[in-house]
Amino acid sequence: MKDTENQETIQKEESMVLQKSMIADHFDDLSEVKNSGKKVVYTFVPGNLNELIWSFDMLPVHPEINALQSGMRKKSGDYVLEAEKYGHSEDVCTYVKCDIGMLKKGNIGPTGKPIPPPDLLLLSYTGCFTFMKWFELLKLEYDCPVVMLHIPYQADGKITDPMVEYSVRQLREEVIPAMEKVSGKKYDEEKLKKFLASSSRAEANLVKVWNSAKNRPSPIDAYFGGVYYVGPIFTAFRGLEQCERYYEKLSEEVAQRISIGEGPTTPDGVMKEERYRLVVEGPPNWTSFREFWKMFYDEGAVVVSSSYSKVGGLYDQGFRHDPNRPLESLSEYCLGCYTNLNLPSRIDYLEQSMNNFNADGFLINSIKSCNSFSAGQLPILRELEKRTGKPGGFIESDLVDPRYFSPSNIKNRLESYFQMIEARK
Amino acid sequence: MKCYVGIDLGSTTTKAVYMDEDEMILGRGITNSRSNYELACEIASEEAAINSRFQYLENSLRVDLNDSDEVNHLIDWFWCKFKLAQHLEQVKMLEQVCARSMDEWAHEISKATYHSALEVLFERMRDQAEGLFIPGEKAKSDFFRDIASSQYMEHAEFLSEDENISFEKLTSIYDKAILRVEAVNFSSHYKAYLHFASAEIGKLQQFQPFTEIISKTTQKAVDLEFEVLSTIGTGYGRQTLPFSKDQIRSEILCHGLGAHFMFPETSTVLDIGGQDTKAIQVDPAGIVTNFQMNDRCAAGCGRYLGYIADEMNMGVHELGPMAMQAHKTVKINSTCTVFAGAELRERLALGERREDILSGLHRAIILRAMSLLARSGGVSDEFTFTGGVAKNEAAVQALHKLIEENYGKIRINISPDSIYTGAIGAALFAHRGLNVEFDLKRQRGKRK
Amino acid sequence: MAETIEEMDLDQLLSFTETLYEDLNLSYVKEWKEKTGAQAIGYLPVYVPREIIHAAGMLPVGIMGGGDNLEIIRGDAFYQSYICHIPRSTIELGLSGRLDVLDGMLFPAICDVIRNLSGIWKILFEDRYVKYMDFPQNFKSEIGGKFYMYELMDLKAGLESLGGKEITAHCLRDSIRLYNQNREAVEVLYRLRSDSPHLVSSFELYLLMRAGNILEVSEHTRLLDRYMDLVIEEDRPKRDYIRVLITGVFCEQPPASLIRALEQSGCYIVDDDWMLGARYLLKNVSTSEDPFKALTLSYLYDGIPNASRYIDQEEKGAYLLDRVQKLKADGVIFAAPSFCDPALLEQPMLQAALDKVEVPHTAFKYSENTGQFQVIKEQTGTFADSIKLWGDQ
Repeated sequence: MKDTENQETIQKEESMVLQKSMIADHFDDLSEVKNSGKKVVYTFVPGNLNELIWSFDMLPVHPEINALQSGMRKKSGDYVLEAEKYGHSEDVCTYVKCDIGMLKKGNIGPTGKPIPPPDLLLLSYTGCFTFMKWFELLKLEYDCPVVMLHIPYQADGKITDPMVEYSVRQLREEVIPAMEKVSGKKYDEEKLKKFLASSSRAEANLVKVWNSAKNRPSPIDAYFGGVYYVGPIFTAFRGLEQCERYYEKLSEEVAQRISIGEGPTTPDGVMKEERYRLVVEGPPNWTSFREFWKMFYDEGAVVVSSSYSKVGGLYDQGFRHDPNRPLESLSEYCLGCYTNLNLPSRIDYLEQSMNNFNADGFLINSIKSCNSFSAGQLPILRELEKRTGKPGGFIESDLVDPRYFSPSNIKNRLESYFQMIEARK
Repeated sequence: MKCYVGIDLGSTTTKAVYMDEDEMILGRGITNSRSNYELACEIASEEAAINSRFQYLENSLRVDLNDSDEVNHLIDWFWCKFKLAQHLEQVKMLEQVCARSMDEWAHEISKATYHSALEVLFERMRDQAEGLFIPGEKAKSDFFRDIASSQYMEHAEFLSEDENISFEKLTSIYDKAILRVEAVNFSSHYKAYLHFASAEIGKLQQFQPFTEIISKTTQKAVDLEFEVLSTIGTGYGRQTLPFSKDQIRSEILCHGLGAHFMFPETSTVLDIGGQDTKAIQVDPAGIVTNFQMNDRCAAGCGRYLGYIADEMNMGVHELGPMAMQAHKTVKINSTCTVFAGAELRERLALGERREDILSGLHRAIILRAMSLLARSGGVSDEFTFTGGVAKNEAAVQALHKLIEENYGKIRINISPDSIYTGAIGAALFAHRGLNVEFDLKRQRGKRK
Repeated sequence: MAETIEEMDLDQLLSFTETLYEDLNLSYVKEWKEKTGAQAIGYLPVYVPREIIHAAGMLPVGIMGGGDNLEIIRGDAFYQSYICHIPRSTIELGLSGRLDVLDGMLFPAICDVIRNLSGIWKILFEDRYVKYMDFPQNFKSEIGGKFYMYELMDLKAGLESLGGKEITAHCLRDSIRLYNQNREAVEVLYRLRSDSPHLVSSFELYLLMRAGNILEVSEHTRLLDRYMDLVIEEDRPKRDYIRVLITGVFCEQPPASLIRALEQSGCYIVDDDWMLGARYLLKNVSTSEDPFKALTLSYLYDGIPNASRYIDQEEKGAYLLDRVQKLKADGVIFAAPSFCDPALLEQPMLQAALDKVEVPHTAFKYSENTGQFQVIKEQTGTFADSIKLWGDQ
């Protein structure tokens, strides 16, 4: 998930090297499927079942990641326009449009090679309605099997037994049989358990990394830096040995930075002076990611906690994948993804984050095309201000449609917000 | 005289405010923003300096003439003659540029014809000039461009009734020339203008007894030197100003502080500008505690009224007065500018009166502002309304109604100087310098 | 209302439905509550099993936004401009006290906006009953069916604890019978319209269906029967209109006057998906087995294909095509509220299905408070004309 063109300017830490090679290897594997015969499963980041997919020796692909990669590589604008030419509305999710557009133009992935078509569409319906439409659209394009995994919504702010039972039964009676059929292999629970155990260890280290932001200065940026940190665990690599190693390394590097009191690494250099500590809600903008990050960097603003970095799973409240309860913990993992939490729980979570990480304020980046995150962010803003007494900022942009990122508007609002925090300190 | 300067670079106008060490406003200046931000900023600043001189002049005259009734009259005339001088100089340059252009492309045959046409044209403009700058004359605009354009076009139309003269040729020359004129900073000629004004006034019978005092005070005003200790820039175009980062402040903060300066009990500020709308909450020290902006969507900004004015073939300044003639308020559902035109046409087709529809449209703008205010934390006493739209009586009326309906009896402040709010705030920041936090914390402590 | 339904003439009946449609203060619900002493439960689009609410002795009240007569003052502070209109007006209705007469609110799973609104509702109205109905997207009886049963039991418990009478199997069966009758009446009305569209105007049908959101179910059935008795006696001229289906209007509603405008532009609407909740079950619910089980099986097997329901076995658009053919429609109008994910994301897939068999279609966006019908009328009028002129080629 990295902007590979600018590696020279970033201090190469070992974890970054590890991450880069993981991604490169994965795309190599994907480009070789014709020869290797490996099966390809398309699925979503929230509610992804990596361990299960790997246990069938299949390769996962995440169209959301493809879309954000296209965004960072400035290709998404064209893709979105292409999809709109095919009749898609300006009002809908730009990840979907980017994916459709990319498909129409040859499905060329970030390494320049075409991404192989899916052998299975794993419709993990977790935290987002649009996912359902997305894979219905892809089904028409690919004509391959689709399996629906409906993860119920935590409407009352808790996970109930019937929710887990429903999810587990779907795994056992729908998802696993579909995977067996496509892969030609039998479900191997022991193999799955091994992957789950590895995930659990990686998760423990990730939580250490998140918690490091409690330090002053924070050694990490939990939003801009955070999206790199969650790469391996939210995408194709959770459960694998390389992923475990990555988080070990990362955790060490972060501990090292704490010991010398160093701030987070950014593409523009190490953050020298931490002036503002923020909690951020909402996805980042991908098409102007670096420019956006720089606006924070220039002001000495560090994000100490973000909700977006929990979109693929919440681990900081104790959840770990559990090899002793494989299908149950996979279900609980899916049920616990940030966008599957009800609004009151999201507010509680953000409030806790502000307290735990001693934030000076919180900021909402409202994404035009994402209803799951955005519908309700205004009352979240007001509620948090009421509860914490800290200033809230509000900016608007989009995921991958460059037409909706206006640097001057955003800079203007951010500057005003930072000056406001400064004046109220 | 030591002073601090605040500059607000807006999208339509650029404002500057000069402030002394006691935080008293010395003068204000405004000019229309143009593509060269630096120049706009320079001009606005010098206009403010001139205004400061005039204030100084006025104050001195009041003292010297024992604050008699004539002083107001005198000041009015002074200012008019000053502006006349500036206007005449600009007309002169305009003429020169037009003539040179004409030389460059006109065929030998028609050159003579066009040259005499231009001579006549500018003669007429000069004749009209004096009449424009008389006390009591309601100026159609403060900017040379607007006055010159309408006069030039008027005369050009008349002259082009002669078949040898093309209206298009005359106007195309003007279009290029006016840009050249605008690119020049005339405010630096203030000394000459002040002397001109002083002399012209001396010719008027009513001021004969005072000529000596006038001329002495004029000289003092001319000689007055301003020592600018610090400048702060804000507004839309501030990034392009040749200021260092710590000389720039967010327009939100400047606006909040400026509103607080004008109305110290202000708690909520609403600014509806041409391009964006801001809802700001300030604490008793004028520090912003919350804000929301509408800078992407045109609905609820001055632009919205601009589109409506275009649709109805009217001037923006005519919308308010017409809306005040409404018998009822037609409900306008779409606050989106894209649909505003269509909805307007539909209502007209259904037989609704223009006045009533306009009343509905004004209410629609204010409704959008109400949402923004609610998002920023609501409306608390006192409420200050600023921005171009605050001059629109229909908008103000709609605002009063909606505020009362939703928040009860709140004191609403509107100042004719509200366009300078941002610049005033910037000037205050300039004064408080790097001791912003210290000073303001002290202020806050005091007010509690 | 002075006359009983059976005494009304057509004008009185239509005026009655129009009054109900325009009354955002829900006076009918207030009066009903005073008369019966029981509670009322609101529900948002699309579908909820109203039979259960009815069996608890309560009145189900469909809340479909504020329409084009409600000025939004507070609701806009809750939503950015790029989110549809219905949640704003629903919040406006709530915060202005108009929904105080409701003792609870149900939020069916149709999209993320309504989903999140259920959370906002919990925060704004802490003391009221709020339930999100998480309709399963798995349609196997042992999996999705089991989960759905749990949801129904949860709803049952919630309503009972609110003060509703115990929902016994017996009561529920009775309620199911009444709702089956209503379903049948709706079916007959719709068939009457598609057979004789000149008699049943869609504008009138729309008001009648909206009335079904608020009237007690048997009263509504009587209303429909009465309307049909009256309207077949009317001498309404046949017009040279095209026959169309309209789809996409299942949640945020178009203003009723827009529907009239569509008709006036030259279209007989022979099928639609407004008030989809009332027609969600394509067959009657069985009364010969455990009623909770019956409702579950009906949901699983007889649910109408729509944008918020995962279609596993069938081809996307098969149902729509089937309706087009059965009702001999000339074309399809895709109407979608601005920013509506379900309707807008569904559209290209349905359009593709229509394109395969060359069924003409046109599309426009609206919002519940759209004021400009001219543009839409222009579009649908042109659509109608083009079908008439070139339809047979």
